[in-house]
Amino acid sequence: MTPTPLWKRLLILVVCLWGVLAATPNAFYQRAETHNDAVNAIAKAKGVATPAQEADRALWPNWLPSAVMPLGLDLRGGAHLLARVEVSDVYKARMNSLWPEARDALRPLRDQVGAVRRAPSPEDTLRITISNPDGMTAALAAMQKLTTPVMTLTGAGQNDLSITAEGNDIVIRLTDAEKAASDVRTVQQSLEIIRNRVDQAGTREPTIQRQGSDRILIQVPGIGSAAELKSLIGTTAKLTFNRVISRTTDASANPGARNLLLPSKGESGVYYIIEETPVVSGDDLVDAQPSFDQNGAPAVSFRFDSTGARKFGDYTAENIGSPFAIVLDNQVISAPVIQSHIPGGSGIITGSQNVEESTELAVLLRAGALPAGMEFLEERTIGPELGADSIAAGKTAAVIGGVAVIAYMVLCYGMFGWFANIALVLNIIIMVAVLSTIGATLTLPGIAGIVLTMGMAVDANVLIFERIREELRIGLSPARAVEAGFERAFSAIMDSNITGLMTGFIMYWIGSGPVRGFAVTFMLGIITSLFTAVYVTRLVIELYLNWKRPKAIVV
Amino acid sequence: MAFRLKLVPEKTDIDFFHIQWLTFGISIVLMVASIICVGVMGLNFGVDFKGGTTIRTESTTPVEISVYRDALDALQIGDVSITEVTDPSFRDDQHVAQVRIGPREGEEAVTAEVIAEVEGALKAIDPAITFPQVESVGPKVSGELIWKAIGAVVAGTIGIMIYIWMRFEWQMALGTVAAMLHDVIVTLGIWAVFQLKFDLSIVAALLTILGYSVNDTVVIFDRLRENLAKYKTMPLRDMMNLTANETLSRTVMTASTTLISLIVLIIWGGDVIRGFVFAMILGVLLGTYSTLYMAKNIVLFLGVNRGDKPKKRDKSEFANVDA
Repeated sequence: MTPTPLWKRLLILVVCLWGVLAATPNAFYQRAETHNDAVNAIAKAKGVATPAQEADRALWPNWLPSAVMPLGLDLRGGAHLLARVEVSDVYKARMNSLWPEARDALRPLRDQVGAVRRAPSPEDTLRITISNPDGMTAALAAMQKLTTPVMTLTGAGQNDLSITAEGNDIVIRLTDAEKAASDVRTVQQSLEIIRNRVDQAGTREPTIQRQGSDRILIQVPGIGSAAELKSLIGTTAKLTFNRVISRTTDASANPGARNLLLPSKGESGVYYIIEETPVVSGDDLVDAQPSFDQNGAPAVSFRFDSTGARKFGDYTAENIGSPFAIVLDNQVISAPVIQSHIPGGSGIITGSQNVEESTELAVLLRAGALPAGMEFLEERTIGPELGADSIAAGKTAAVIGGVAVIAYMVLCYGMFGWFANIALVLNIIIMVAVLSTIGATLTLPGIAGIVLTMGMAVDANVLIFERIREELRIGLSPARAVEAGFERAFSAIMDSNITGLMTGFIMYWIGSGPVRGFAVTFMLGIITSLFTAVYVTRLVIELYLNWKRPKAIVV
Repeated sequence: MAFRLKLVPEKTDIDFFHIQWLTFGISIVLMVASIICVGVMGLNFGVDFKGGTTIRTESTTPVEISVYRDALDALQIGDVSITEVTDPSFRDDQHVAQVRIGPREGEEAVTAEVIAEVEGALKAIDPAITFPQVESVGPKVSGELIWKAIGAVVAGTIGIMIYIWMRFEWQMALGTVAAMLHDVIVTLGIWAVFQLKFDLSIVAALLTILGYSVNDTVVIFDRLRENLAKYKTMPLRDMMNLTANETLSRTVMTASTTLISLIVLIIWGGDVIRGFVFAMILGVLLGTYSTLYMAKNIVLFLGVNRGDKPKKRDKSEFANVDA
């Protein structure tokens, strides 16, 4: 039998030792998880730790791997939502806010185009009737000035609006490129808002991701029910613009009737007394983007819709020189001084320290209100008790299954059965180690995948042992028979594993939720079992043969 | 000599083709019957594929289906079914039921009000009741899931067929696929006859059955390819019997270790994955049968090209790998 080269022996040993080390935290799940939570909390607080966190961190030694398999919703309990963002809501809002702009642009041309009025039209179209069709060319030229190029990779070179004349009507539509860009923005914004909302609730490891063109998948472990989750993400961030009465450092100052005392978000210990009735609210905000002011300092530009623009314009005209407060969820984000009358419904907020800050503020402002409605296509709630029952059932099944397969292998192959069992146990350990390290979520179907792998993983060893038996029957010496057995069985093992991997891959690719959880452990099991059943078993048998040098072996 | 449990004697000489017409006929009849059953009786689709809501209830007091039904009928929410769930792993005072509410015509989204109403009505008759699992799928998503599931099985079949064709011969690819489809179709037929709940996890089971069935068939064909090169003049029928007998011990061994873990899962794994495990058990039994009696029959009908050059290229592909 050709001896395994030293480097290969060492490599096999290192992989096995790593597997044992990386799988260990799962045996002390509670401790390791508490430790990880404490480490994350301390990192979030930039290294400042409370004594309780210090104690939690000490539960698990720092030099050991501490990653554990995250438990899926079906094991930990929690809620799952699939929402569709109604992206076309935004088209309607766009058209509504475009109408006053168009009207203003046509006003100077009144003697050419005559009277201007808005005609009924579908939601994504703005139809304007002019009484004098002779002025159509001038009107179209004026409308053309309202368009801007679309800033996307695919839509480059296209404008956001298509403007055409139909009889007496000017018809303004969003171009497909702009609709696509708008959809992406809308879904992205919805994602940001939902993430902000869910993070605020402080649950562990929520999954919030985009699916397809207009869907968002939200999975939050540990939350009571899908209804609770819906109300959490459905709450709009309350954004208002209020008149500032005064600024104070006294936390117990009396704000007076119909006023509020609110803390400042940026400056600690500073409070603002503001008027309770907002001038404009976040519902009127259409967009906010990070930008720069005239001096090149970071700022946030924002835009109101028509009603907001009118209210904001009137207020700024009357209050030049006095501050107004931007309030988000009962905190004053900033209180800039009004420099001039802001008539167009857009403005900029200066005073950001750097670009990160202005970007964050823009996100917060945008995240204030969900840009479009959401429809829930799928919702699932799993209670924590059911999850605990499933874990208990999965553990029992894994232990009994393991013992049964081990006993059966020993009954059928004796000493060689033990060799296969070493590989089997290592296989499970390495699977757990890889799942923990890559952070793959363990689900109930995933546990089924592990238990099933125990049954199927020994297949490679069975193939090899059956082959060794045949070679022994022909009369080969033990060492030769073992070598021939491994060599001849290899092509069958490869073929069966590759087809197995193929089905696993298709399951992962097409499936979702439970199917994916199963596919991950199933594929991983195939790969690790190939390693343990072929390489580890071979090394163990080789060591045994070199040590005992038996004249004859019975498989 | 040490004791060895041997389910299959060391040397067997079973003529697997002795009853080939009988077994082949049974397989065809089973497949046709399954297709008819699925067509006529239909599958009992779960919410994943049909849309609607299922609510799992748990209480310390026994489930009275008729009382539940009266309470829910009063709500007039349409098609409602209630089944009691039993499992040996449940505690004595753990009484579980599954309430299923059909999808509502013309509604894409999930109706949270209906869930709240149902929960309220059940709480009124049994204050101790809890709802450990609520699943609601809109008809739109469920429609997509059906097509995804069909796509998965078709893509799996085609992928495997192409792989076998490349590694072996087209006759073997056809034989393998026929065996695979046999297993999947008969499993579906049994699901239709007993009206078992068909959801996403059953699709995962079907795909795993594909994988297992192929695995089994491939091992035999691998050996057949080796024997084709070894015994140039032996009639194909005898050679296939020899191959099947040589690998029989392995076939039985692997089927039994897999079955051991599956049986453990079906007994102790809890009721949530019971359907999945049951489908797998059927699949392993059918897969072993179809490998021995279906895949090989088809190869025998089609014959194998036994020119002077057996596929040497394929054989050496992996044999060179230093194991």
